[in-house]
Amino acid sequence: MTPWFERGTDADAVERAFDEGGEPAARDLPEQAVEEGVFGTREEYYDALHEATVEAARRRVDDAVDTAERDVINAVRTLESLNEQLNEVDERVRDWRDETGRVPVEDVVEAREALEEGRDETRGFIEERTPELAPNLSNLAGPVLAARLVALAGGLDELARMPSSTVQVLGAEDALFRHLRGDAPPPKHGVIYVHPYVRETSADERGSAARALAGKLTIAARVDRYAGDLRPELADELDEKIERIRGRDG
Amino acid sequence: MMRWVEVDGERYPATQGEQLRDERVVDGARVWHPRRSKAAAALVKDVEMPLEDARVLYLGGGAGTTPSYVADLARAVYAVEFAPSPAKRMVEVAETRDRLFPIFADARDPSEYAPVVEEVDILYQDVATRGQAEVAVKNAPFLRDGGRAYVVVKARSEDVTAEPAEKYEEVADRLGDVFDVDRTVDLSPFYDDHAVVVARR
Ligand SMILES: C[S@@+](CC[C@H](N)C(=O)[O-])C[C@H]1O[C@@H](n2cnc3c(N)ncnc32)[C@H](O)[C@@H]1O
Repeated sequence: MTPWFERGTDADAVERAFDEGGEPAARDLPEQAVEEGVFGTREEYYDALHEATVEAARRRVDDAVDTAERDVINAVRTLESLNEQLNEVDERVRDWRDETGRVPVEDVVEAREALEEGRDETRGFIEERTPELAPNLSNLAGPVLAARLVALAGGLDELARMPSSTVQVLGAEDALFRHLRGDAPPPKHGVIYVHPYVRETSADERGSAARALAGKLTIAARVDRYAGDLRPELADELDEKIERIRGRDG
Repeated sequence: MMRWVEVDGERYPATQGEQLRDERVVDGARVWHPRRSKAAAALVKDVEMPLEDARVLYLGGGAGTTPSYVADLARAVYAVEFAPSPAKRMVEVAETRDRLFPIFADARDPSEYAPVVEEVDILYQDVATRGQAEVAVKNAPFLRDGGRAYVVVKARSEDVTAEPAEKYEEVADRLGDVFDVDRTVDLSPFYDDHAVVVARR
């Protein structure tokens, strides 16, 4: 097995070593590197290894985050498209059946089933991958809504930079423009409407609930982007806040 | 050097090192809270862990919290994590510790990082996934003779319905194939359904 330092002493060397791999074993690599004259001392070995592993890990992690983000965004857009197609086909088939009592083209039924299968699989993919990309956002919003928010913002980075007032109306751009033209009141919520904390809050308090939810989602997106660890206390704080808001009426 | 400090009437371990986000500092030392780190929980439960000046292979580095404490004490820490989000944070933490070497890889395939990881004195594992024992067995060759392994077992990772004690025993049994298992220490009340299996190579 070729140790990393025999391929160079920087991040490229570490990456090449990872690609090549080797047999796990207990070897005194710093000693060997010093003996081979690659480094003067063990401390120098560690200094170089630190710089190289940090850089190599950063490159690979950034790549992986990027791919994960593209996967999640594409999957949720595909999910929306499949849902629309399913609705449309269902409508057509219902009309057909209403008029003639049957649907005599078997492939239509099969195509519909295939669409449904594709939709379920896509949803499963989103449910698996979004929590890996954005654990806190998924925990608060559910993976599908979390993915929609990331997609609407154009990325987790972009979402994490948004003020919560913008997150609150993401997906309500048309209504926002009508409002800015002076034709309509400002929208109270965008896609976060599908969250039970908004949808199932009475109309009087729905705006407050949407604001509270958007605030926590914004924090969650920032934690996901800049920290990466799951913090269950965010969900507890949100639960409390909503309870207080709902307690105000009635 | 590891110290013990008193916080709210309890004795907790603490280390010397650059402070990370929202941890407590007492007398200039970073409090290593047993509810925030399973290694700290093990220490509070009297598990002996000779981390000082040790070379450590740390599997399941997460966002780097526990690895940062270990790196305050050890000579070299190789921290392996495979999930992108926590790994991103772990890399940032590694930048604050010049003997913490971040490795973005799957611990089930140690051949990938074999050209980088040296012989270690301690194998510490907290991966909380199915097949926990297998991960430790695959990484055992990095451990020197007489080196120690600490394998955190999360009972529910294996099977939600099983009795924790049975799960711990099953993992300890499998570890027994390549290690001398010393004992299994339950991490309650700090972590429910978690134990650490202490073993020797
Ligand atoms: C309980 S967390 C570790 C927390 C960390 N030890 C701390 O206290 O700061 C478990 C971690 O192991 C990681 N993990 C699980 N299976 C893994 C594998 N096969 N290879 C690398 N990391 C893995 C998970 O992604 C997760 O971040």
